[in-house]
Amino acid sequence: MYKIRQTLARVYAGAFIFYMLIPLVIMGAAAFNDNKTPSIVPWKGFTWKWFEALWADDRMWHAFQNTIFVAIAVALISVIVGTAAAILINSVSGNLRAVLYGTMISTILIPGAVIGISTMIMWTKMGGLLFGADKPFPFIPGLHLSVLGQVSYIAAIVMLLVLARLQSFDQGLEEAALDLGATHGQVMRRILLPHLYPAIGAGAAVAFFQSIENFNVTQFTRGGADTLTVYVFSKVRSGITPTINALALMLILVTLSMAVLYEIKRRRNANVEAAREAEARRAAALEEAVI
Amino acid sequence: MGDMIRRYGPGLTLLVCLLTAFWLVMLVIVPNITLLESSFRPYLPVVDIGGPKDLYTAANYMKVFNGAIEVSPFGFSFQIPVHVLTFSLTIFYSVVVTLICFALAYPLAYFMAKILSPRSLPTMFLLLFVPLWVSEVLRAFAWWIILALKGPLSWILIQLHLIDHEVRWIVGYNGVMIGLVYTYVLFMIFPVYNAISSLDSNQIEAAEDLGAPWWRIHWRIVLPHAKPGIASGAVMVFMLSAGSLLVPSILGSTTSQWFTQTVQQWMLDALDWNTAAAYAFLLLVMCTLFVSLVMKIFRVKLSDIAN
Repeated sequence: MYKIRQTLARVYAGAFIFYMLIPLVIMGAAAFNDNKTPSIVPWKGFTWKWFEALWADDRMWHAFQNTIFVAIAVALISVIVGTAAAILINSVSGNLRAVLYGTMISTILIPGAVIGISTMIMWTKMGGLLFGADKPFPFIPGLHLSVLGQVSYIAAIVMLLVLARLQSFDQGLEEAALDLGATHGQVMRRILLPHLYPAIGAGAAVAFFQSIENFNVTQFTRGGADTLTVYVFSKVRSGITPTINALALMLILVTLSMAVLYEIKRRRNANVEAAREAEARRAAALEEAVI
Repeated sequence: MGDMIRRYGPGLTLLVCLLTAFWLVMLVIVPNITLLESSFRPYLPVVDIGGPKDLYTAANYMKVFNGAIEVSPFGFSFQIPVHVLTFSLTIFYSVVVTLICFALAYPLAYFMAKILSPRSLPTMFLLLFVPLWVSEVLRAFAWWIILALKGPLSWILIQLHLIDHEVRWIVGYNGVMIGLVYTYVLFMIFPVYNAISSLDSNQIEAAEDLGAPWWRIHWRIVLPHAKPGIASGAVMVFMLSAGSLLVPSILGSTTSQWFTQTVQQWMLDALDWNTAAAYAFLLLVMCTLFVSLVMKIFRVKLSDIAN
């Protein structure tokens, strides 16, 4: 009975992975089908032409560029703001901490449409109050508002990552540095920030990808500009060709290769760690033997 | 706070405070206050804005009650305003999606936490992370291909002689539900997995030794222990589903309408931003109520959910 349940669990897990991956495989395979509507049935022969069509699509390249710019801006601002917020949260306590933390966390739970609309209304209204109907740059709809809207919740994710890392920080190091005559700037730059770098790096990566994925906030704030997600969305709704599948396949391959690279690096680190531990054990054993 | 000034000096402390204030005030609090304020203003031509007609009114919220249609669930037929119907159906189907996600995710989370050997765990995570990192629009598009009238799903079922002609899969809310479950089930798996993996396996073994049947072990030991994880997953899946705009737009049928789509129509088609603000605010209130309800039922705190 126990064996049967174990086998069932394994079968279920296998089926689940299949369920998760098969839509992506079908979508990727349809990129090679010589058929005007994106599908794998009926199969009308192998072709590269959708990749060529994608390469020649100027609107796609423009959207791609916009997406990268927005993602870099979001990652940069979120990392700065999120790290500052984590440091602040870590040094206050009591009710103030609870209120600040609650406000920060709640941004993750606000629906994207609400963030998009509120950002859009606030900035355009503020422009209207300050400059009248002829509003200058930051107060008009556009991708810069998408950046601000996205930062409002992505910064919270960065904050959580950095805050988790701060838990393992030994504040005694800062005390020691101050006692030895380090300036405040040096304490921050040489001691606190280096300890946080892994979390900041992870936060930047997460922020970058979250921004690329974002649709809801962007849709309500973008004005007329396209990002890749908006471009794909509008294509799916209005006469689609398998060029989107070609794009999807390339994005999946990029994701996959990064995931594999990360895994290889993780395994190598784990091996190095294990080797170090083994060496330490050997050394300890040797020492004991000598004594 | 004083401690912070001692460590980093007044300059850096001020900078840290200003950056946090910029985020919370300029990007979160003021926009939401503006949203609320706008939602009570009428939709006027530009010349009348700020004029005598620009008075606070609840008219935007009252628009929810315009335009009744007849519905007849389970044989009872009654009149209901169309936006109220959309609003209720959005909540209902989001709850259903959340329940389906839990049903799918729980066995897998348990398998990963307690049965799978720790050595294969990273590979499992890698396989699950791949669809997570593929953007939502592409995941919805993948199902759009599969569920198409002459798509792969109909084709394979015909080949297997399970159906004899092509089936229209995207009817009513079917497509939306399939898309939402596929897109958000992973947000249920990870928190539930985290919760179960912190359970001491000895407790399960002890229960087994004492002769508890497997379902009672889950009901009395694993589920209660996994409660914070389930709450966290349920909140995430519900919020993402109710707030989703991509999946209902791509996989929706002619008879399905999601509340976010209504909001989008006010904002981008009717260009009536104030009514859009009112509807967006309703969405926000609904989500807040749901989170509070879940936190009450599961007796967890907001900070537990965020982790």
